[in-house]
Amino acid sequence: MELCSFLTLDSFITDPLTHDFMRKALLMSSLVAAVCGFLSSYLTLKGWALMGDAVSHSVMPGVVVAYALGLPFSLGAFIFGVGSVALIGFIKQKSRVKEDTVIGLVFTGFFALGIVLVSKIKSNIDLHSILFGSPLGISLSDVKQTIFISLLVVILLSIFRKDLMLYCFDPRHAKTVGINVFFLHYLLLTCLSLAAVVGLQSVGIILVVAMLITPGATAYLLTDKFDNMTVISVLSAIISSLIGIYVSFWFDLETGGSIVLAQTFIFLFAFLFAPRYGIFKLKKLFAGYK
Amino acid sequence: METINFQNFRIEAENICVDYNGKVALYDANLRLQPGQICGLVGMNGAGKTTFFNALTGFVNISKGKIRINGESVRSAQKDQTIAYVPQNEGIDSQFPISVWDVVMMGRYGSMNIFRCPRESDVQAVKDAIERVDLTDHLSTPIGNLSGGQRKRTFLARAIAQRASILLLDEPFSGVDIRTEKLISELFIQFKNEGKTILLSTHDMIHVREFCDLVLLINKTVVAYGETSEVFTPENITTTFGGISPDFLFGPES
Repeated sequence: MELCSFLTLDSFITDPLTHDFMRKALLMSSLVAAVCGFLSSYLTLKGWALMGDAVSHSVMPGVVVAYALGLPFSLGAFIFGVGSVALIGFIKQKSRVKEDTVIGLVFTGFFALGIVLVSKIKSNIDLHSILFGSPLGISLSDVKQTIFISLLVVILLSIFRKDLMLYCFDPRHAKTVGINVFFLHYLLLTCLSLAAVVGLQSVGIILVVAMLITPGATAYLLTDKFDNMTVISVLSAIISSLIGIYVSFWFDLETGGSIVLAQTFIFLFAFLFAPRYGIFKLKKLFAGYK
Repeated sequence: METINFQNFRIEAENICVDYNGKVALYDANLRLQPGQICGLVGMNGAGKTTFFNALTGFVNISKGKIRINGESVRSAQKDQTIAYVPQNEGIDSQFPISVWDVVMMGRYGSMNIFRCPRESDVQAVKDAIERVDLTDHLSTPIGNLSGGQRKRTFLARAIAQRASILLLDEPFSGVDIRTEKLISELFIQFKNEGKTILLSTHDMIHVREFCDLVLLINKTVVAYGETSEVFTPENITTTFGGISPDFLFGPES
């Protein structure tokens, strides 16, 4: 890609749109970002960042096995994602090892299993695209799966958004007034596994956790209202995806890494300049001028 | 309108035991409370106070014994919104992005439809509850910007909005200002007159003498239970606190 080929901002944005694969990548990544961003509010408030990391890494062997057997990769990923959480719970309960140690132990074990399986199972799996994502080379069947899973997660989260907020905030009260906390716990885990599955296509297994926590963390610094937090989280995730893909197109950079870096920069911006919770507290600076 | 239960007990706990993965937290505990009674739950940290609350709300399962709430199971008490739990200030995430209004509205969730869309009656219940705890000026204030006392009142309002007949309060007086303390004690009298049953845990012996008709002293099991004037003796308190004399704990009685 010649740097001098974009002379105006207009061509910077429109030129890539002439490519079919770019249009698909932009659309799919925005969708995935929206789903992960939505879920991200809940995960950050629940304190499940490490859990998100664990689940997203643990889906690796599931993806490999599913590819080898010719099954939808989301099915394999889902089974291993939820399975890893069950295993974490089991080991924690039955041993004296602390929870964060158990989480680290289980997900690295699953991840290693996935890598070993890739090297042993003869198939056309591209390890690189699983690890680092390949939004520019997404296939038609993957597109269908992604749309289906994304809609499913968005619908589930939309129906139970208030219950999930209550579950994150005060599970004891939820239980006391007869709300099924057990169901909500597994609903959130299920959505987490599904979001990890669609997210890994955009940015890959290693970085998918960023999609699940960074937008939520950014939004948390910018608002004190839960609904606003969800909206900001989704928007910042989508914007990051668009920026990441454009930048990777023009400067020939790794796409997944670019998307996550864009998210990180938006977080840093919020960290420094958020009106109330930023280091420089923009509001106060402006107030000083008056 | 409260329906008068023929059994006449709001809370009946019979020989209940709770263990967490084999570790006994509470055993052979009994409690019977009637409408309009206020009972203090007193014990050391780790004596099973929170466990007792958890068992009554159904947050943990009991391994032995029986709990009846208004003569029915804990499960149906949950469905009927019978019990409200007011957490300790330390027990909640004060940085959660949520306003006073939203927290109090959570008291209505159990009786709303699946999408938790507030009806006119829910909005009115929330308004009334917030007025009773004197937080009408703070409807949309995030809970992170409230003082400890205001936050405590927010959760009390949630319990009021829930219209529960049983209130469980975990350390209602810890970390609150004088104004809130006064408001809570006024509310207690109103609750009592409305026939609500209150079980509260506290570290403060003065509050027990002041508010509680009954007192339940526990140390993994019931040490003593009965009328405050009869049961709340230095000997019983010493036993409850593992042999430490009440003089040492609370200063000599004046």
